[in-house]
Amino acid sequence: MLANAFVLGASAGFNGGDILFQLIMFIILLALIKKFAWGPLMGMMQQREDHIASEIEAAEKSRIEANKLLEETRAELKASRQEAQGIIENAKKIGDNQKTEIIAAARAEAERLKESAKMEIEQQTEQAMAALREQVASLSVLIASKVIEKDLSAADQEKLINEYIQEAGEER
Amino acid sequence: MHHKNPTIDWEVFDGFTLTFNLANMLMITIASLIVFLIAVISTRKLAMKPTGLQNFFEWIMDFVKGIVKSNMDWKTGGRFHVLGLTLFLYIAVSNFIGLPFSVVVDDYLWWKSPTADPVITLTLAVMVVALSHYYAIKMKGFKEYGKDYFRPMGFLFPLKIVEEFANTLTLGLRLYGNIFAGEILLGLLAGSLATGVGGHLAAVIPTLAWQGFSVFVGGIQAFIFTMLTMVYLAHKVNQDH
Repeated sequence: MLANAFVLGASAGFNGGDILFQLIMFIILLALIKKFAWGPLMGMMQQREDHIASEIEAAEKSRIEANKLLEETRAELKASRQEAQGIIENAKKIGDNQKTEIIAAARAEAERLKESAKMEIEQQTEQAMAALREQVASLSVLIASKVIEKDLSAADQEKLINEYIQEAGEER
Repeated sequence: MHHKNPTIDWEVFDGFTLTFNLANMLMITIASLIVFLIAVISTRKLAMKPTGLQNFFEWIMDFVKGIVKSNMDWKTGGRFHVLGLTLFLYIAVSNFIGLPFSVVVDDYLWWKSPTADPVITLTLAVMVVALSHYYAIKMKGFKEYGKDYFRPMGFLFPLKIVEEFANTLTLGLRLYGNIFAGEILLGLLAGSLATGVGGHLAAVIPTLAWQGFSVFVGGIQAFIFTMLTMVYLAHKVNQDH
């Protein structure tokens, strides 16, 4: 360590100093670059790689999910279509049933009405006959009284009765 | 066209003297500083979506990664990535740094490419070759490392020994030669040809052309040095070749 050994341009000897200096500087530079540039940048590149990989994975996953959803929706649509078809069919069947029922009911009603009308007619006829008979009876009494009054022959009597019957028929 | 080097001697102890070339030390420091600044400024604001300088630096990282990957698989080569990156950036910057001008004070050459000195390039080359031996022993064991000298044939052993020295020499001297020749020619064009008005005019075009070519050569040499570093490392480290 002699300070006076430093002499500018003294010799053309072996450049051992340069070798040492270059080596040390290179190692320092290597360490610095590794610490400040290479390390962080490699980390960032790795991070980016991971990010891209995860993004691709996520995209793949969501694609599968979307496919599944689509499939589900399709199945649901099919099911609801079938259901609607069933409902329509059912309604049709019910409508048919109701139609036949209504028709049957209407027919029965008509039958009943006819029946009741017939019965009424019969009743009325009977009533009329009864009334007639009564009248005939009263007429007979009347005729008899007249006959007794007038002393009629048999022929006249018959003639009279007929006349009265006819009269009664016309009156009615 | 030969300038003196500003050297100082440091007698560490009796009979052992270290000679320092101050110009080399200055230029090594400046080149290292520029590389460091580029690296730090590029990675100051890191983002998932890279912008500006981060893109540039990531491109360099990928470029060096490509060099490593073309020689060995990434599992083995990943640990050499920083080394390759630093070598590439440092040598490229060193090559470019001497191009725009050179500074000569009192016949002492101060500003130049540090890689225009064989001592510097050979230091880097020896460092790379030493690293290749170190990693070979570390990763394969001493036995396998020793056996490699007798593969594929035993009688090739002397050639293998020669190969190690030849690799080192060519790795360092190729870089030195290219850059030194470039600077010499630039110096000649600027210093000798450019005398008088006519000389200046005549020197403009070849100087421009040669500077452009030197930029190209500087980039190529940085790439070659990094590539060969990875080749030698792979050659030593790979289990089967």
